[in-house]
Amino acid sequence: MTALSHLRQLEAESIHIFREVAAECQKPVLLYSIGKDSSVLLRLAQKAFYPGPIPFPLLHIDTGYKFREMIEFRDRYTAELGLKLIVHTNHAALNGGANPFAWGIQRCCGALKTTALLDGLRAGGFDAAIGGARRDEERSRAKERVFSFRNERGQWDPRNQRPELWNIFNTHIRPGESLRVFPLSNWTELDVWQYIHAENIPVVPLYFAKLRPMLVRGDTLLPLEQPFIPRLPGEQTQLVKCRMRSLGCSPCTGAIRSDADTVPRIIEELIGMRRSERQNRVIDHDQDGSMEIKKQEGYF
Amino acid sequence: MAAPALATQDAFEEFLERERTKDLLRFTTAGSVDDGKSTLIGRLLYDSRNVYEDQLESVTKASLGRNAGVIDFSLLTDGLRAEREQGITIDVAHRYFSTPRRKFIIADTPGHEQYTRNMVTGASTASLAIVLVDARKGLLPQSRRHAYIAALLGLRHLVVAVNKMDLVGYDAAVFRQIEEDFRAFLREFPSIHPYFIPVSALCGDNVVARSSNMPWFEGLSLLDYLEQVPVAGRTHAAAFRFPVQRVVRPDRDFRGYAGTVASGRVRVGDAITVFPSCKRTTVTAIITFNGNPKEAQAGEAITLALSDDLDITRGDLIASAANSPTTASSIRATLVWLDEAPAELNRRYRLKHMARQEWTELKAIDYRININTLARESAPALEMNGIGAVRLEAARPLTFDPYAQHRTTGSFVLIDPVTNATVAAGLVQGPAEESSFARPSLRTANAINWQIQNGALVISTTRPGGFSARNGNSSGSAITDEGTLQTFHALLEKLGVSLF
Ligand SMILES: Nc1nc2c(ncn2[C@@H]2O[C@H](COP(=O)(O)OP(=O)(O)O)[C@@H](O)[C@H]2O)c(=O)[nH]1
Ligand SMILES: [Mg+2]
Repeated sequence: MTALSHLRQLEAESIHIFREVAAECQKPVLLYSIGKDSSVLLRLAQKAFYPGPIPFPLLHIDTGYKFREMIEFRDRYTAELGLKLIVHTNHAALNGGANPFAWGIQRCCGALKTTALLDGLRAGGFDAAIGGARRDEERSRAKERVFSFRNERGQWDPRNQRPELWNIFNTHIRPGESLRVFPLSNWTELDVWQYIHAENIPVVPLYFAKLRPMLVRGDTLLPLEQPFIPRLPGEQTQLVKCRMRSLGCSPCTGAIRSDADTVPRIIEELIGMRRSERQNRVIDHDQDGSMEIKKQEGYF
Repeated sequence: MAAPALATQDAFEEFLERERTKDLLRFTTAGSVDDGKSTLIGRLLYDSRNVYEDQLESVTKASLGRNAGVIDFSLLTDGLRAEREQGITIDVAHRYFSTPRRKFIIADTPGHEQYTRNMVTGASTASLAIVLVDARKGLLPQSRRHAYIAALLGLRHLVVAVNKMDLVGYDAAVFRQIEEDFRAFLREFPSIHPYFIPVSALCGDNVVARSSNMPWFEGLSLLDYLEQVPVAGRTHAAAFRFPVQRVVRPDRDFRGYAGTVASGRVRVGDAITVFPSCKRTTVTAIITFNGNPKEAQAGEAITLALSDDLDITRGDLIASAANSPTTASSIRATLVWLDEAPAELNRRYRLKHMARQEWTELKAIDYRININTLARESAPALEMNGIGAVRLEAARPLTFDPYAQHRTTGSFVLIDPVTNATVAAGLVQGPAEESSFARPSLRTANAINWQIQNGALVISTTRPGGFSARNGNSSGSAITDEGTLQTFHALLEKLGVSLF
């Protein structure tokens, strides 16, 4: 027999990680963020526990500003798979007027994502949160462990991480502390799409190119789902053939011009792509090392 | 990323098919601070077109701040702010890139004080190490350490990259001297297949393409070598090993055992043995989400159904009936100490070995390896970055193969029960006694059985080969009550079984 292909090896390693969490953690939860990585995560969880059910609930941190198509997909797909979905939103901040324009991106993310996540985890009493982050997404993620330790306040200390050897994971924590677990650590964006293709995994239609109304500002294509997005004088939306490369909150996620309307075309586009996946995520641009800072504060 | 010309849809389908079947190579880097590890990896990513423009822009900006005129490729891998500010690598960073032939996972490890700990961590999942040598400095004591750690962790392939060739005028003699010196001490590590290559990470010579600056070098470029080095490990040919991760019982009718095949292969109908109980049964089905194959191989995550309803739990090891692992509570192992608090004799640690966790006590430190001379030294303690040969006593028996034969069944970590820190990486050498059977302890109640048969005391163990002993007088004369304990001790002695 020949060696397993890279996708089969990645798949088996992720399944191993899922099974370790289920066996060793008291109350895990899967952080479901609706994007392509989450879709892959769900398929891997199904495989890990088959023929049994996925033995933990899903938690979605809904900022209130996700794309409508994401929420539709979330509700349809999780119902179809018969999964238990918990949705947590920081309503106090939303009622207080939180949005990226009124509050600034940092403060808005802090309230609607980081605080909401920590509150959601605490409310559920979860000791392990499984997420779809990949090490290739961002430089500081490259240092993250598969089982990443967080203190009582959900904070990450990059200089003081547990060494992780072979495929043996240390899941021991004290009450109040928690783990973030990343089964897709070793996957790249290309691996994810190849796997979606090989396994025929459903993803949100926003990933596929079609004509969509956008505000065109230089290189940026801004979707207009929220009323508070300020328009420049005389600015009108235009119909642009485009798609989302990564999904987040609609006011902070730019689209890319694209004709890729099928998974193979997305893969083809990706191979020729010269810019990284996160460049259309406005949120990472605030300051050098901003992801590292957010993670130290408790962000995923 | 390298974009092949995908002229037609057919060509693209073909491309997708090739992508689906490409394999995976994990490697790690080693070298002293400033030998150019991060630069080499940055260069490998950049020249194989695995770096995106915006990533390059962000590191180019940072380089300007740090006074360099050219792109500082090390900034592509040194991701933490403190690292970029101080120009050092703090922790093991993982990098990914792929070519049309292979996907690569790199563990980039820093070369400063914590170096043993980091290199061991990076090497634990790698099948190849790139060791950098600065052409101007030649061989340093640490080069020997790198080779030692690579061999210890079971890496077969070692690439010795003689870097900064641009600073020695691309001189063939410099390279050849270093190669000769390095080969001389690699004789101590016969398991290692070395490959020597002169490079300049900064200028890109021999990294992705052969360099015209060194026409005297006739070997493959670094990337070409990495693309063709064989990866199919020993695990495929080895005996079947399957650590049970979870018992799957979705309903009353089904009971299965989930895990990943650690080595060998398994087919429906195979006879297997469950350790440490030594119960035997056969495989009735291999279950996966995508259907039930007749056969599964090393690396696959599956669920096994067995013909008998045995008491099997997480942490048990299922193995081929023909070729069994060793079971013992008392083991000899090499420990690499990872924690700031040194190892303490007679202290209890949690031992995690595959899916099994046991309390264990550190019984003895037989010697410590001097990482510079490789000499064995007596050691009262084992400190951070220390490597030592030790004996451990587990509360219940462990089933293992020696690490040199099996990476998965032969590796473990120790966890401090107070701080929960991962304090040591462990490589099993074997049972603690010279005999092929371990010295089990009576505390491990299920390992030892004793009964009185026809007036003779019979002690046996449930381990493979199930050895037993009876008191000398097997003709049937009764043991008196007073004599029982004495006879018992005598037999234990004979068996090499300790009371504690
Ligand atoms: N001239 C020259 N300088 C190099 C070369 N490779 C690395 N360097 C420089 O050596 C220094 C240390 O490199 P770095 O990659 O950070 O080393 P590391 O500590 O091993 O990761 C940096 O200033 C690099 O620019 C090379 O091939 N030639
Ligand atoms: Mg470095």
